[in-house]
Amino acid sequence: MSTLAIDKGGPTRKIKYRSMSRDRTWALRWSYFFLVLFAIFSLIPPIYMLITSLKSSAEISAATNPWWVFHPTLANYVELLTSNQFLRFFWNSAIVSIVVVFVTMLISIPAAFALARMKFWGSTTLATGVFLTYLIPDSLLFIPLFKMLAVLQDLTGITLLNRWYVLLFIYPTLTVPFCTWIMIGYFASIPKELDEAALIDGASWLQTLTRIFIPVALPGLIAATIFAFTVSWAQFLYPLVFTTSIDQLVLPVGITTTLIKGDVFNWGQIMTGALLGAAPPLIIYAFLMDYYIAGLTAGATKG
Amino acid sequence: MADVALRKVVKRYDDVEAVRGIDLDISDHEFIVLVGPSGCGKSTTLRMIAGLEDITDGDIMIGGDVVNDVPPKDRDIAMVFQNYALYPHMTVAENMSFGLRLKHYPKAEIKARVTEAARLLDITDLIDRKPKQLSGGQRQRVAMGRAIVRNPKVFLFDEPLSNLDAKLRVQMRIEIKKVHQKVRTTTVYVTHDQVEAMTLADRVVVMNKGRIEQIGTPNELYHKPATRFVAGFIGSPAMNFIPCRLEDAGGKLNIRLTDRISFPLPPARAARYTALPRTENLLLGIRPEHLTESHAHLEPGVETFDTVLDVTEPMGMETLVYFGLEGAPICGRVDPNAGAKDGAPMRLAMDLNNMHLLNEATGAVL
Repeated sequence: MSTLAIDKGGPTRKIKYRSMSRDRTWALRWSYFFLVLFAIFSLIPPIYMLITSLKSSAEISAATNPWWVFHPTLANYVELLTSNQFLRFFWNSAIVSIVVVFVTMLISIPAAFALARMKFWGSTTLATGVFLTYLIPDSLLFIPLFKMLAVLQDLTGITLLNRWYVLLFIYPTLTVPFCTWIMIGYFASIPKELDEAALIDGASWLQTLTRIFIPVALPGLIAATIFAFTVSWAQFLYPLVFTTSIDQLVLPVGITTTLIKGDVFNWGQIMTGALLGAAPPLIIYAFLMDYYIAGLTAGATKG
Repeated sequence: MADVALRKVVKRYDDVEAVRGIDLDISDHEFIVLVGPSGCGKSTTLRMIAGLEDITDGDIMIGGDVVNDVPPKDRDIAMVFQNYALYPHMTVAENMSFGLRLKHYPKAEIKARVTEAARLLDITDLIDRKPKQLSGGQRQRVAMGRAIVRNPKVFLFDEPLSNLDAKLRVQMRIEIKKVHQKVRTTTVYVTHDQVEAMTLADRVVVMNKGRIEQIGTPNELYHKPATRFVAGFIGSPAMNFIPCRLEDAGGKLNIRLTDRISFPLPPARAARYTALPRTENLLLGIRPEHLTESHAHLEPGVETFDTVLDVTEPMGMETLVYFGLEGAPICGRVDPNAGAKDGAPMRLAMDLNNMHLLNEATGAVL
């Protein structure tokens, strides 16, 4: 008791400080606990995929420990990478995703610039409309879209259904609204005086966009690009609906339709295909991660 | 270089009239400062001259040509913004040369102009840096450099020093004045800081509620304000306004401040005010420097009175004293050695030779 009484004077502040740091320690411990839990949870599927992809069909169906590879083999990889069919899917996916990213940026950047900066009649309503468009799920859109393309095919005589290139027109309905919306955000965070200064310096709207806005909002632009690429690369429903012939398929649909024959699942190759398919986005993320983070936190600090 | 003229310029946003019919003539080489409280329309006026805001009504002329519908880039003006508005991804040199590069000037000339402007502003060492690597004062120099290299007809400054700390602001103020003395470009400068206005301007335009209250040289505004607003806005600490009344006392004209305090007016002042009605509610305007400590040899027209000080503020070279007269808060400036103390009685002297008399209802200086 007597020591407590002595402590009451000056050192109270010190005690308070220590308890604050203890709070912080506990907060950190909890953070780490949940982060590790989350990391394990989200890493189990890819690890299981990797393990399975290194097994032969016999070992997969054998009643051994599924978390261990007893006879590792690269047979699945060799088989897929030498199969023209798989390479065709890969090629289709790559072409579709790259072109879609390009088309999306070509539409989204000028659209976002116009909606963020050129105050015209109805621009705010239009900007909200763009966002609402994104909220409509693709599972709701694919039937009317299919019907539209069927009608268009009948009218023009151009084959649109069951062709990979039709995806180039359909994917942007998913990517353009979202990319436009996030680009509006990035452009809006650029101080108004910057385009006014450019305007006075003699820049046209197009020059203001290309020489000021695009370089300044580059992190945001890269974030939008990554998003558009990921959406195109992973899209499953639209290619499943709009393409059916083997040579028109993209990777996600190709893997599931060719490697599942009736009720026979070729698990080793399915996992290998999925892993190989996940590689390009992973590589892109790894290289552009810094830009992506910078893009997400743009405007947080004013230089 | 050119003169600038505004003719009955109006700016209306929906229902709000931000600028209500302004007439202003700015001659070639002149340094004009638009000053006023926030929301008085000074920035809007500047932006209309720049072409960043449309004009609702009236005409703006630069070099004799009406530029109402001319886009900013064809008005041959340069603007310096409050937040500098430097292009963050370009170096100092690129920032300064951006306008010239857009106009496809020859490379050699761009380089020469940038070098010259950098030398003038003392930023030659910073030419390859990005804005991020510069201090506030350096950024402001670059923003000025960007304006100078264009060699425009008119410079427009929109509160360029507001983002700087007090010490740097004084320094940059002098820099701006020096630069103007060298390049002599017609300049329109907007600020809410009356000290900046007084120190920089050839002529100051005091604005309030979308109108021009008064145009004049800094000295004119200080010594001969036309309205209560100008009298109160220019000068720091602000002019004191004391409710008062004129009364006749034995053939002389007196000014009565309170039941206790009444002073005879100096002859020159008495002659000027004698025609005014005696019943009208008036305001005596007196600057703090004309309210000083009393001493033995007072000049004619200087009257003394006793008061009790509320608060004193020693400033070093002077002490500001605050007290109340009939509820009106009053500030005076006394010698630091005059013995002014918080809550202490003091005899003060009021120099009525420098007084102003205002109509309380209209705010006009009589």
